[in-house]
Amino acid sequence: MNTISLIFISIGILFNLLGCIGIIRLPDTYNRLQAATKCVTLGCCSILVGVCFHFGFSDATVKALVAIPILFFGSTTSAHALIRGTYLFGIKLGKKSVKDDYKEAVK
Amino acid sequence: MSDYLSILLYMQIGMASVCMYRIIKGPTIPDRMVGIDIFGILVVGICAIISIQTEKSFILDIGIAWIILSFIGTLTLAKYLTGKKLNE
Repeated sequence: MNTISLIFISIGILFNLLGCIGIIRLPDTYNRLQAATKCVTLGCCSILVGVCFHFGFSDATVKALVAIPILFFGSTTSAHALIRGTYLFGIKLGKKSVKDDYKEAVK
Repeated sequence: MSDYLSILLYMQIGMASVCMYRIIKGPTIPDRMVGIDIFGILVVGICAIISIQTEKSFILDIGIAWIILSFIGTLTLAKYLTGKKLNE
């Protein structure tokens, strides 16, 4: 059981690391939010699955299983609202972006 | 086992400090909000690893409360960015 939980936690840390590299390196607000939200959400869900495997049948497992859907739906919904607010606030796309479909949808 | 888990915990804390860098330095207001959002998710991972290390389950409660507060806070800030009042 401990080995399985360590494998899950290691996978989660790897995804978090990729997301944080995206936060530093990418050039644009939209790119940063897209990279970071996907990777970090999946990584933290994987860490919580590792917690489930470590504790077995106990109260901590129930808490982790409750936390996973809240994390999954909450973070994606808030990222969607945040990126819409960013566009309406007037932040331009990056220089290398080639297509902007949301401009016609707003008008 | 415990040493390896400590290394993973320190890596997670380092990633949270990377988000602090983005919050402090970010050129515009939405960049800082992205940093706050991601920081709130990473804290849940820190709480989960600490709950394994100390074998106590109440630390996961802190994580759940932090997720919900971060969700509500980010929605409020996004509403502020669109330029509307909160009751519209």
